[in-house]
Amino acid sequence: MTITDEGLVERLRAGDEAAFAAVVRAWSPAMLRVARSHVRTDATAEEVVQEAWIGVLRGLRLFEGRASLRTWVFRILVNTARRRGRGDAVVMAELAGPNVDPDRLRGADDKYPGGWRETATPSWWGPEARVLSAELRALLTQALTELPERQRAVVELRDVHGFQATEVCELLDLTPPNQRVLLHRGRARLRSILEVARP
Amino acid sequence: MSASTPRDVSCRELVELLTDYLEGVLTPDETAAVDRHLELCDGCAAYLDQLRVTINALGAVTLETLPDDAVDELLDAFRELLR
Repeated sequence: MTITDEGLVERLRAGDEAAFAAVVRAWSPAMLRVARSHVRTDATAEEVVQEAWIGVLRGLRLFEGRASLRTWVFRILVNTARRRGRGDAVVMAELAGPNVDPDRLRGADDKYPGGWRETATPSWWGPEARVLSAELRALLTQALTELPERQRAVVELRDVHGFQATEVCELLDLTPPNQRVLLHRGRARLRSILEVARP
Repeated sequence: MSASTPRDVSCRELVELLTDYLEGVLTPDETAAVDRHLELCDGCAAYLDQLRVTINALGAVTLETLPDDAVDELLDAFRELLR
């Protein structure tokens, strides 16, 4: 993702294959996630990303640089995905329910309703949890693939690829509150996986 | 939530507000209530720290890109279209 526009458009227009291969490899993971949130299968998402890149190549001569190249590429992607898309609303199951196991919190009749139970209070993680070991990295990568599709898309775009909230809303057709709910649910799920697995 | 004392927000409610808190979309009153709760509650402070560690770790993950044969096909198209 550390690819900048500086000279990139010119290099692509001049037929620099290495520059094109690099930008395809760098941006396609996020593009696959966006595409997959509009279509039903991974295979279709791959086709959509490929089709979008062809659209980028065909339109490159017309690109005027009013938006960044990345914004322009993702706009072409979303248009391509929408043409192939299902257009479903966000699956409500992805938005409902608590994000902390209710058994860890005290009941309504307790002296401190909704507070952490003594034996289930989160404890501070040590320094080893802060350094991403190969094992933790593999665990997180796997856990991302197991998140519900929209949560996965939002978490990957925001926290792995560094997109802004407003960009993610636009790319995934989400309202700002739903974008935050999905982000929180995904993060909370991943946190709980690290909590169990941490060294 | 129009909180004036820390006890107005339970841990159960607070953990659900933390992404909104990190995104800076809570009202000043809500933010102050979360801050007060975090000062007094070690469990929630640890939970927030764990969320931050998780977010930082995600920034270092590398995700799958297009398969090589798909990239090769695109390179063929590139040669054809930008020659």
